[in-house]
Amino acid sequence: MAITRDEVAHLARLSRLALGDDELDHLAPQLDVIISSVARVQEVAAEDIPPTSHSVPLTNVFRPDERQPCLAPDEALAGAPAVEDGRFRVPRILEEE
Amino acid sequence: MGTDLIRLTAAEMAAVIASGETSAVEVTRAHLDRIAAVDARVHAFLQVDTEGALAAARSVDERRAAGELLGPLAGVPIAVKDVFTTKGLPTTCGSRILEGWRPPYDATVVRRLRDAGMVILGKTNMDEFAMGSSTENSAYGPTRNPWNLDRIPGGSSGGSSAAVASYQAPLGIGTDTGGSIRQPAAVCGIVGGKPTYGGVSRYGLVAFASSLDQAGPFARTVLDAALLHAAIAGHDPADTTSIDAPVPSVVEAARGADVAGLRVGVVKELGGEGYQPGVLRRFAEAIELLDSLGAKVTEVSCPHFGYALPAYYLIAPSECSSNLARFDAMRYGLRTGDDGTSSAEEVMAVTRAAGFGAEVKRRIMLGTYALSSGYYDAYYGSAQKVRTLISRDFQAAFEQVDVLVSPTTPTTAFPIGERVDDPMAMYLADLCTIPSNLAGNAALSLPCGLAPEDNLPVGLQVMAPVLGDDRPYRVAAALEAGYADRWGHPLLEEAPAL
Amino acid sequence: MTTSSAAEATSRKPRMTRMTPYDEAMGRYEPVLGLETHVELGTATKMFCGCPTTFGAPPNTHVCPVCLGLPGSLPTTNRAAIEFTTMIGLALNCRIAEWCRFARKNYFYPDMPKNFQISQYDEPLCTDGWMDLAADGKTFRIGIERVHLEEDTGKSLHVGSTGRIHGADYSLVDYNRAGIPLVEIVTKPIEATGALAPQVARAYVTELRELMRTLGVSDVRMEEGSLRCDVNVSLMPRGASEWGTRSETKNVNSLRSVERAVRHEIERQAGVLDAGGTVVQETRHFHEDTGTTTAGRSKEYAQDYRYFPEPDLVPLAPSPEWVEQLRVSLPELPSARRERLQKEWGLSDSEMDALRNADALDVVEATVAAGAPPAQAYKWWLNELSRRATEQGVELATLPITPVQVARVAELVAAGTLNDKLARQVIEGVLAGEGDPDEVVRRRNLAIVSDEGELAALVDAAIADNPDVAEKVRGGKVQAAGALLGAVMKASSGQADAQRARELILEKLGVPS
Repeated sequence: MAITRDEVAHLARLSRLALGDDELDHLAPQLDVIISSVARVQEVAAEDIPPTSHSVPLTNVFRPDERQPCLAPDEALAGAPAVEDGRFRVPRILEEE
Repeated sequence: MGTDLIRLTAAEMAAVIASGETSAVEVTRAHLDRIAAVDARVHAFLQVDTEGALAAARSVDERRAAGELLGPLAGVPIAVKDVFTTKGLPTTCGSRILEGWRPPYDATVVRRLRDAGMVILGKTNMDEFAMGSSTENSAYGPTRNPWNLDRIPGGSSGGSSAAVASYQAPLGIGTDTGGSIRQPAAVCGIVGGKPTYGGVSRYGLVAFASSLDQAGPFARTVLDAALLHAAIAGHDPADTTSIDAPVPSVVEAARGADVAGLRVGVVKELGGEGYQPGVLRRFAEAIELLDSLGAKVTEVSCPHFGYALPAYYLIAPSECSSNLARFDAMRYGLRTGDDGTSSAEEVMAVTRAAGFGAEVKRRIMLGTYALSSGYYDAYYGSAQKVRTLISRDFQAAFEQVDVLVSPTTPTTAFPIGERVDDPMAMYLADLCTIPSNLAGNAALSLPCGLAPEDNLPVGLQVMAPVLGDDRPYRVAAALEAGYADRWGHPLLEEAPAL
Repeated sequence: MTTSSAAEATSRKPRMTRMTPYDEAMGRYEPVLGLETHVELGTATKMFCGCPTTFGAPPNTHVCPVCLGLPGSLPTTNRAAIEFTTMIGLALNCRIAEWCRFARKNYFYPDMPKNFQISQYDEPLCTDGWMDLAADGKTFRIGIERVHLEEDTGKSLHVGSTGRIHGADYSLVDYNRAGIPLVEIVTKPIEATGALAPQVARAYVTELRELMRTLGVSDVRMEEGSLRCDVNVSLMPRGASEWGTRSETKNVNSLRSVERAVRHEIERQAGVLDAGGTVVQETRHFHEDTGTTTAGRSKEYAQDYRYFPEPDLVPLAPSPEWVEQLRVSLPELPSARRERLQKEWGLSDSEMDALRNADALDVVEATVAAGAPPAQAYKWWLNELSRRATEQGVELATLPITPVQVARVAELVAAGTLNDKLARQVIEGVLAGEGDPDEVVRRRNLAIVSDEGELAALVDAAIADNPDVAEKVRGGKVQAAGALLGAVMKASSGQADAQRARELILEKLGVPS
């Protein structure tokens, strides 16, 4: 078994997904199958092979330090579920990072 | 007149509008009528922007009347996958979590379409956040394949492919992260291209897997696809991964249609066991046709392609787990569970659980797992190495041949519901298309006939090196002409009437 | 009211072992420090978009799709931020990476629009440098582990009866700050400071602040939060070779707080160890009001930031030519400049420290440049003007007098036109807005009286008014002439040329001078 139900529950927390027991029961075996299958990449991932993060090898792409127009305040806040005093209103925050 | 208009190619539509034979408004109306007539059954569109489309068409007609010189696709309608931001027009990515969101800005691709005088008919259905191969993962219900309404139209860009295949639009925009343009094009019997990574700006394309996502065209002809490709491609300073080089001359290549002397490699690892017999039969015919047109066909081995699928299902979920973190109920989109006492943390988790569908959750969790400390090297790190191996396979192959070919998908369109809860089976649909996303090279799918066992379209994939985007168009145009000679009509004419 | 706030203060104080007094703690333990300093760069625009970085705008007016993290938006790297960071690295004697990438640091927090921060992980732009600094007359070499670049977060306002994050009903978020380029400078473990640890920590941050200003990469307004410090402290028993468990105190935001936080953590940890306890590896918060730290909310599981290379940004590969170009463009660095000026001006170490503490280096240098002798420039700025600035509670450099004006005062003193007392009055006049020094001298009629006739009359009057004293002088008590000189100065409101007046007194009383 590549991954346990407890580990799946932990992943859900880390991913900020409040999953019910049913969903966990359903997802855990599916993830187990997928993870067991994709683990095949390790067969060929030898030490001396450099990893590729970007398929097209560009470097040093910069923007000049010049101002661009901002959004109008009503545009910035238009999609917000809740607004107060020009700010995004969010539920109470538990802890500081 | 309306029925005739919608069956024209995009190039023909542009010509009759330019000549004044008809107007952009008339062409647009004809397509809006078609949508009204058939889309209740196909469900290609999530949103039809009737007023915006007519306004854009009127503007083209007015500018033309004023003597302005307009681009080669001016006045031509288009269907845009709902993964691109459109200013003021809802953009959902097929997800509940973005229901009702109206972006304050246009994607670069959308802006280029508008600048080209093209008429955006609306936003098309898709697998939620482009994760899927059937468009069944849309929160707003599946799209149906115009060839057989009980079959999937492919995915994730199934709305755009179905819209083009059912004459609701002559052109469509899709995105291709693991095959999401080529596979739906193949199963809908149309042309779909994935440009070189960095060829088309990703600015305003809501990211699924940033290092793999690429926007591209759907069309019913190779030339139309090339015209659309040329309209959207080119450097964009807003996307630092966008390539600052001239756009490959895809339109000339599509008009050239000559493969004499071209070296074509058949990828040994993409075919054979596990492929539908009718798919293999049509693929073999395509090879014969290429041979008869003067191409030099050989077999080429890409030994690591067998590892592309597992590598993809580590890289794409990893990036998606991070890209989709922003959907958290704080700044836009859905918010549930905010009862005044719950914490932000709880509201985030409840909203995300309610707002994302099963496949998106699976991939977010898979990606979170692959990036976790302790697993990173074994999973994400190894997948990045496979990516290097795939690129090396391509490089070695392109030293021997000019293009590579394979079936686009192992099977034709499968029945709706067949694989929806069997992720591994669903993932197999992208077996042949994924290597080009991992390596970033150009690829295209074109129709090569119907599989005899189910009378459904089969696609042929043509792959070219990075920035060699013109080559697939050249090959595809030659084959298209060859098939026209053999069949006497475009393949789509064999589709049952809707 | 008093009761409830007292109760609140006590409730924040952890119920735990007593603290060990500092000197006692230092007798038994050796501290090891680590400092992580975040500095907001002074670029015109944000790290990854073209929104302005100016402080104090109305909420959510300096935002765009990119820094709000809207779906579909993409970051683009600000070239100036890369250059500034490279300059900081060079000034800190770091190695500049030939190739490196940004990485995503993934964690959910409402003030972070994308729920990941674009940062650098295992490939920082600058690594392995050092900085020398002095504390209490001793020189310390602080190793620099890394300098990297990341983006700042937004700011939350906690609404509720407490006004704090704890007990808030909800929060309001402003993303103006989100995306401002933030440089993180991490030291290597700082050892062997002994009891000077708090001062070394403070001196390090002071030096860093000065360096940023000299480089012109940040104006470092600590009160606006543009420099923020995380302080790591651990203790090991004297003579031990293995470090103790460290605590990380977050967001220590003033020079004084840095010093206090280190001192407090040493006392607290020593208290824990002395009571036979073990120090917990944890994040702590510093409280300005009490000078203490408290434990952060403990996490049920360790943070897992799931770093991976940022796919939306291409790698950085600063060419050797580019780096060299930046290296030669570096201004003279603060330590080199101080060394040079101290030598040129002939100041002692303690005078130099006084100059630095008064933030008077720039004005003194400008005054010397305007022609004043260094000793004069030092004297007027540090003794006279610094006192006035302190009285008024303003920065020295903001006093309404220019280095050129101070230099002119010094010149007038050297020429004998003014003595020190008169010079002070001239400075007062300049500060009062009465014009340039010459104008003040003229208007207030402050020049020294050196006219022979006038002086003679003043001397005669003094002798006439003090016959007893005059007699003593005539009798050989030359020191008594001082009283007569005093009378002359008094009669002339201090303007008489004191030296010449003294000569005249002795002359008139027939005493050889």
